[in-house]
Amino acid sequence: MIKIAQLSCGSEYSSVQYEIEKAARSVGAKMVYPDVSYADVNNAVKRFGFNPRSPQLKLMIARAVQLADEKYDADAVFISTCFRCAEAALVRNELRRFIQDNTRLPVVTYSFTERLKAAQLLTRMEALVTIVSRKDLLARERQTGLTVGIDSGSSTTKALIMENNKIIGKDWTPSGDVVQTATTVLENALKEAGVEFKQIEAMGVTGYGRFTLGKHFNAKLVQEELTVNSKGAVWLADRQRGEATILDIGGMDNKAITVRDGVPDNFTMGGICAGASGRFLEMTSKRLKIEIDELGKLADKGNWRNAKMNSYCSVFGIQDLVTTLSEGKTFEDVAAAACHSVAEQVYEQQLQEIDIRRPVIQVGGTSLISGLVTAVGEVIGEKPIVPPNSQYIGAVGGALLSSGFL
Amino acid sequence: MKVFIDPPNSLILFDLVERFGHEPLGTMAPIQERIDKTEVDMPPMNVSLDDVVKGLKYAGVEVPSGIRGRLALWGPLIEAADAALIMEDPPFNFGCVGCERSNEMAKYLIRRRGIPALTVRYPDDKEEAVMTVGRIKEFLEGLK
Repeated sequence: MIKIAQLSCGSEYSSVQYEIEKAARSVGAKMVYPDVSYADVNNAVKRFGFNPRSPQLKLMIARAVQLADEKYDADAVFISTCFRCAEAALVRNELRRFIQDNTRLPVVTYSFTERLKAAQLLTRMEALVTIVSRKDLLARERQTGLTVGIDSGSSTTKALIMENNKIIGKDWTPSGDVVQTATTVLENALKEAGVEFKQIEAMGVTGYGRFTLGKHFNAKLVQEELTVNSKGAVWLADRQRGEATILDIGGMDNKAITVRDGVPDNFTMGGICAGASGRFLEMTSKRLKIEIDELGKLADKGNWRNAKMNSYCSVFGIQDLVTTLSEGKTFEDVAAAACHSVAEQVYEQQLQEIDIRRPVIQVGGTSLISGLVTAVGEVIGEKPIVPPNSQYIGAVGGALLSSGFL
Repeated sequence: MKVFIDPPNSLILFDLVERFGHEPLGTMAPIQERIDKTEVDMPPMNVSLDDVVKGLKYAGVEVPSGIRGRLALWGPLIEAADAALIMEDPPFNFGCVGCERSNEMAKYLIRRRGIPALTVRYPDDKEEAVMTVGRIKEFLEGLK
């Protein structure tokens, strides 16, 4: 069984400890708590160099040191503290860095509220388990045979056929009924590839609808999108070796993943508010009465500094937009401001939780919105790489990894 | 009299209050009460979502959940207390609930109630320890 070391503060007083353990159990893992003595705590805090006032944070530090010194055996690390606690946020991030500097254990950080439910952690826990238990599969760099990948996302569903490391067919459509939508894109992708479904040797499914699709199509690979998308992104960007950061601003949640040789070692997956998601850009384009793919081009012509849009909330963001338009600002400036607002929020809310490694590969449907890519580049100080077919990362990852079962 | 102890899970303070004839109010009782509730399955301490929401009585929604969960346990004890015994700067193996902000808030709630309270510093050596116990004894015996 995969052992996930829990370094946390406040979970037992926030009514969430049970949910954390339940999420781990549901993906075949268990939470473990590195043993420490009283003396270990004081020595660890001294060595770590940050002396928090809260004793439970000191305990977190001591547990991290046990892992770093290999005195306690674990396969992955989950670092979690109360949302809105400044002291804990500082310790959480520095401990994540400490674990990455001193171990090769995959790590994920999370700040919880009392409303946390196991389902919210499922993908993160599943990703930790996948990284540990499917090391060989994740090391795969070439697709072989004839395989298909389906990515059943919250906004769109994508299918992609690969043969001997080449893409030969693909299609996407807005998500509706999970099975029906997947069947449609699969049929269209097969048509483009000129092959029949019975010829397909393996299928990999990912995204929110993965379990339903995995069962329906009897897929060889049913895997969460964090690891699958990472593989797809590095394959598409031809960055299979070395380090990179993958940024996927999705319709419902965003993913920021750091990878080493295509395998994630730290990731954040957020969705605190829609103001930092592709959904906000969808709302903006609706208000501007333009198609979402036009929004990016429009934004490229505008200047975000001319229009004030800096709300964290999508509803108030739209209110900003209405006010800005009523002041007579141009659509171009407003589009640029909307893209900048999303990029800034992703930077503030998520990219702070990881250490950005160059290059940054921006993927997912929103990477096709050129204005957003420009805005992300401005915010992080370097234009991200957007590989061809960047919206198909999950489907590529599914096709690539499922060929490992042949 | 009912005497709230701080740190609220200090066995030594609990014992001293009991020895000198008072009822100690510590965190053990509300936790025991919760653990005994078999219908609630929220290990390790059965602090439930309802508790954390009840903590809003003592701290606003912008305050981290872990603090509100702790205050939900201690708040009612502080409200029920006739006096309080506070040990400042103890090492955390003396008794601790992990969160410094929660500790500060508990001390503030005690002060706000205006009940008789003795604050002593954690002793550095045996001599100071004897003096500290003496002060605690005097305080507790003086409570009527």
